[in-house]
Amino acid sequence: MDITRLFTTHRKLLAGGSLLLILIFLATFPLYGNPYYIRLLTTILMYAVLAMSWAMFSGATGYMSLATAAFYGVGIMTRAFLEGTLPFPVIIVIGGLLASALAFLIGLVTLRLRGIYFAIFTFGFVMFIGQTAHYIDANILGNAWGHQIPLMAPGPLLYVMLGLVVVTLLTIYFIRRSRYGLALLSIGGNEEAAEHMGINTTMAKVILFTISAVFMGAAGVIMASAMIHVEAQGAFNVFNSFMPILMAIFGGMGQFYGPVIGAAVFGYLDRMLRVELGQYFMLIFGIILVVVIMFLPNGITGLVTTLRDKLGGVIAKWRKGGQAEQHADT
Amino acid sequence: MIEALPRLIITGIMTGSIYGLLAMGLTLQYGVCQVLNISHGEFVMLGAMLTWVLSATFGISPLLAVVIIGPLLFVMGFLLQITLFRTLKARTPSPPVFEGSALLIAFGLLYVISFVALINWGGRTYTNTYLTDRVSFLGTSFGLNQIIACVIALAIGVAVYLFLSRTRPGRAIRATAEDPVTAGLMGVNTKMILAFCFGLGALLAGIGGILISWRTPVGTGMGFSNTVIALVVVVLGGLGSVPGSFIAGILIGIVSRLVSGLWEPLLIVPVYYAILMVLLLVKPAGLLGKK
Repeated sequence: MDITRLFTTHRKLLAGGSLLLILIFLATFPLYGNPYYIRLLTTILMYAVLAMSWAMFSGATGYMSLATAAFYGVGIMTRAFLEGTLPFPVIIVIGGLLASALAFLIGLVTLRLRGIYFAIFTFGFVMFIGQTAHYIDANILGNAWGHQIPLMAPGPLLYVMLGLVVVTLLTIYFIRRSRYGLALLSIGGNEEAAEHMGINTTMAKVILFTISAVFMGAAGVIMASAMIHVEAQGAFNVFNSFMPILMAIFGGMGQFYGPVIGAAVFGYLDRMLRVELGQYFMLIFGIILVVVIMFLPNGITGLVTTLRDKLGGVIAKWRKGGQAEQHADT
Repeated sequence: MIEALPRLIITGIMTGSIYGLLAMGLTLQYGVCQVLNISHGEFVMLGAMLTWVLSATFGISPLLAVVIIGPLLFVMGFLLQITLFRTLKARTPSPPVFEGSALLIAFGLLYVISFVALINWGGRTYTNTYLTDRVSFLGTSFGLNQIIACVIALAIGVAVYLFLSRTRPGRAIRATAEDPVTAGLMGVNTKMILAFCFGLGALLAGIGGILISWRTPVGTGMGFSNTVIALVVVVLGGLGSVPGSFIAGILIGIVSRLVSGLWEPLLIVPVYYAILMVLLLVKPAGLLGKK
């Protein structure tokens, strides 16, 4: 069988097959993997959800949202307050809905603004909600020492997170294929032109922002099961806003799996190096962020495309040269 | 409560003049270079920490430190612009993309600077107060350092304003901020102007840090809160407006003293953000902003 044909004509089959293989690997991993790596995988999947849902909105519309940490934190705090009162799946749904309600409100008032103001607003919002929640929680409700959340076994936790990843992927897939997805793409391309085509651009952006926040909130609710101790200032950590951006840009947003690749790389580094390197980890994080933005604006997947185009040109030239020689021989 | 009001307002003006200095640097960097420098507060921290280092190890007076630290931070900002941001600008397709990417790079710098400082100097705070005599004034007493810092900040603020509005290089800077392409065609060396403005922004942040270190204990973790203050002030004054940011600095200074004096010190930061968010919604162009 011709290998090149496998990669060109059967591309969809190949993508579907490898996705299935990865899912099978993830689903069976708790049966033989050690708990440490199961937790690592869960963290990677959590980051994948954050990075994908960030790219779902910001990649498509070009508005840089720095509010990821706020929605994720809303999920964590929802869990902290509802733990023990309702069943786990219900809390996940509530956390997601609360985050998306918040996103709807923010989107409604801010998505008319210019991009840079939107970025400042969302950045400020993370700080505001973190500080305010901390003040209310510690000084008014009297939970100065935070909240305890029972640890969940690593295996089931991985399955829950995997379920969220699948839901996120399916949502992105269907949005991309829908009429609505095309409208969003046109906003990213040229917002003014999209407006003239009769697309209600503000509403389209608000809806997408709302949808993307559901997954961030749900991820927070689930991930709280891996934290023993939860308090508001830690839950709304602005680092969680920038990490998914780094992942999405590093992986590349041209392909839906780009952010997942970024999440895998940086989720792994985050878990492996943070403890060992301590302060140096954050220093390295800063350097990597600068380097990625400077040298990899289209990410790894974009790099692959560029390289393929360049290499393709070279190969075609080389082939042509070979053919010319053959002609000369005959 | 009412009798405390004049004192709170005067200390607010004094603190606010330093905030104005910080914000002026940030607004120059954004208005001219289109870089929203989230790492601005780290330059404040560097100014404050270097003052401590100079006086603790070499015995140099915190007043004289300005002469050494100022140029150092200016060169640092200058180099950052000509290496990172100039290259980035050449690589990005459109101004909005550049603004977004520059913001992310600045966030990376925030981590680099603050953690290099943390690794070097550790996480504890150092007290390096200077000129702590009290002066009686309007029935209450103020620290001499507070008054002198305020005078220096106001003098620098006025000097920068006059430089921008009255001199030839200042006019070149304003022209570059307005329309870099046309300014370039008119013979302005825009690359130099951008680098100069970024350096000047870092310099102003550094001086702000030095003045802060006279009064309050300094530490490597102080940067971020100063970024926040500068950001709020700049948005209040109008992104890119230099006089606006100075006036807004004084307003925010008064608000911060009133909130901590009359209500609850823990709520200063939430109040800052609340102001920031309301402003962005109601008047995104700020007090003295264009449009």
